[in-house]
Amino acid sequence: MDKEIRLMLGNEAVARGAYEAGVSVVSSYPGTPSTEITEFVSKYDPKEVYCEWAPNEKVAAEVAIGAGVAGARAMCCMKHVGLNVAADPLYTCSYTGVNGGIVFVVADDPGMFSSQNEQDTRFHAQSSHVPVLEPSDSRECLEFTKLAFAISEEFDTPVILRLTTRVAHQRSLVELGERVGTAKAYSKNIMKYCMMPAMAKERHKYVDERQRRLEAASADIAAAVIPNAVNYAPDSRRKPGIVTSGISYQYVMDVFKDVSVLKLALTYPLPAELIKEFAANVGEVIVVEELEPFIENYIKALGIPCRGKELFTNQGELGTFAVRKAYYGEEAAAGSLGEPVNIPGRPPVFCPGCPHRAVFYTLSRMGLRVCGDIGCYSMGAQAPYNGLDSVVCMGASVSMAHGMTWAMRVNDKVDRQKTVAVIGDSTFMHTGLNSLVDVAYNKGISTTIILDNSITGMTGHQPNPAMGYTIRNEKTVATDLVLLAKAMGIEDVTVVDPFDMKAFRKAVVDATERDCPSVIIAQRPCALLKSVKFPGPAAIDDSRCIKCGACLRLGCPSLSRSADGAVVLDATQCVGCGNCFELCPKGAIGR
Amino acid sequence: MENKNLSIIIVGVGGQGTLLASKFLGNAAMLSGRDVKVSEVHGMSQRGGSVVTSVKIGEKVYSPVIDRGEADFMLSFELCEAARWLSFVKEGGTVITSTQEIMPMSVILGQTEYPGNLLTALSSSNTKLLTLDALKIAGECGSIKSVNIVLCGVLAGLLSDIPEELWLRALKATVPEKFYEVNEKAFLRGMELAKSRA
Repeated sequence: MDKEIRLMLGNEAVARGAYEAGVSVVSSYPGTPSTEITEFVSKYDPKEVYCEWAPNEKVAAEVAIGAGVAGARAMCCMKHVGLNVAADPLYTCSYTGVNGGIVFVVADDPGMFSSQNEQDTRFHAQSSHVPVLEPSDSRECLEFTKLAFAISEEFDTPVILRLTTRVAHQRSLVELGERVGTAKAYSKNIMKYCMMPAMAKERHKYVDERQRRLEAASADIAAAVIPNAVNYAPDSRRKPGIVTSGISYQYVMDVFKDVSVLKLALTYPLPAELIKEFAANVGEVIVVEELEPFIENYIKALGIPCRGKELFTNQGELGTFAVRKAYYGEEAAAGSLGEPVNIPGRPPVFCPGCPHRAVFYTLSRMGLRVCGDIGCYSMGAQAPYNGLDSVVCMGASVSMAHGMTWAMRVNDKVDRQKTVAVIGDSTFMHTGLNSLVDVAYNKGISTTIILDNSITGMTGHQPNPAMGYTIRNEKTVATDLVLLAKAMGIEDVTVVDPFDMKAFRKAVVDATERDCPSVIIAQRPCALLKSVKFPGPAAIDDSRCIKCGACLRLGCPSLSRSADGAVVLDATQCVGCGNCFELCPKGAIGR
Repeated sequence: MENKNLSIIIVGVGGQGTLLASKFLGNAAMLSGRDVKVSEVHGMSQRGGSVVTSVKIGEKVYSPVIDRGEADFMLSFELCEAARWLSFVKEGGTVITSTQEIMPMSVILGQTEYPGNLLTALSSSNTKLLTLDALKIAGECGSIKSVNIVLCGVLAGLLSDIPEELWLRALKATVPEKFYEVNEKAFLRGMELAKSRA
């Protein structure tokens, strides 16, 4: 019988690969571009695969490690910055090794479609001595995930499957296979799983020995999944030879004709002999890779001259245009229709009915310093609000506000300004918790505003521990944010609806007046939740509108000015949230 | 699809349904037995930002992403977005755009102006231009949300070698059952329109 062919998202193919490999436990924290993997896993039979949203990536990794040590195959998925949070368990899991296979899926975001930095996960792989596989399409996402579990068990190591945005979020054809049931016996082994100094010293020796075995096997591992990894052009010694991996391989195949190509599946540890042989059979060696010169540095360290980052930037993503332009020059790359002129930019905005709009409209008029965090509400930094002073990483709003206020308190040369933190409910549960403990414990006076929209919004609606249901929509306990803050020792806790702008403003004024730590929970669910019902589009009474534009300062995409200066309401966008009603001095907007 | 390789770029504003359109075209290509890759944008850009997705169909497709000067067809949900991504279309390619205008935030705030001459600019470029009010047509079919399927219908009407029956099978595989009927209507209206303009 022919195998079933499907057009599958890269992330779905990773989920499928894990399923076919017999994975039993998957724990993740959502993060673009990795989120859909775990969502797809949750669609498999709960009797076969347990899966969960953990509060953060460190927890997710430890859940996977626990399941792996117990003997089951386990996986955790995260975006690149998530691995920073999960780096602690990764580095030591490299020492303990596994029992059932353990796979870390880490999705890098070159071009920062939805991220605060660009970082190259392969360096984490290198410094933790963990092998990394890089698929370049959905078929490889599926096959490499299965291979990752096999390598993990064969070499007793966690394995990183590194995706990038264009691999995670492309659809291509895959062949489905059967699931294999698998588990390893558990035996207590203190020398292997209890990493205290004496045992860890022994395991460090094991890691180095495993590294040598992986290096020796790396060419075979690559060949096992990409039978045509090395392609020599006719008369190859006179022509460039390109070394590449992941999505860059696809760009190379579209841009270059008549060159030799070495496509690497396993990019750590790299296959030295294979690379040396390739270099000996081609003219100049060119390395095409996104972000950092990881493969390039290795090839240079082998004593082989090559060009990589002097041609192809480490900033943003590559693409056929960027690769062609870098190698063949501007003219060869230019599209004949030229560049667009005078087209206004269109960055993302708060959705109509979004609770964050009211928050930032209010905050931006209060002269506060606002430490921001990671989520939809990062967009509060944009016009018209310009409502944030900082965005660094998950949880940083709360601890940075604490640091800022202490700096003002001990050093009178530091500029003084009332300071608040804004953080979403999911981000608060992720790492804001630890920071708020610090504020309470260390006599902070900052105000933390938890924007509780009852969902993880930006990544597309994943439940979190404060919500009362799981990834599979089962009812569960909900963390009570008020009791939680009080249990930490914060007495001053207010719950307020940000759509009541006067009450919200008063809550912030009161909290920042007092010399004690405070928490304001701005509670209103995300406008895109199915359970949220709005009355439907509002309307403008043109006879009352004086065209003053007070409503436009709300920054709502449904309100704009027409050519004659009149304010118009786009009924296809407006949900009738009513935020603009009270801003109109003439009461011209209503239902 | 007379040409061996076919690249379709789909552009619009986050929330307009570009993702579903690319999934639909991808499913149709798969059913026609060709290699296909689709590139999507998830996450931050979906919140009312400019979004672009690619569908590439052929004997063997490598990069899933359409870059400058590579698209045979553009399906645009919004006028300003058609102009923004025009340089991604091949010389002599076809631009299919809805005439809907959605104001970017900088225009709403009076910092920039919405370009007034977009149709002129688009029609004077070296492409074939087909404009329609897809929002109105979708509304007439029963749901303004089926703008994406109206536009796909127009494209289908221009691609003669995939039979209607196969398109409808792909549509069935793409949209939820309870919305199939309204989407079928939207698709057929789009197809009709393409044929009447051909």
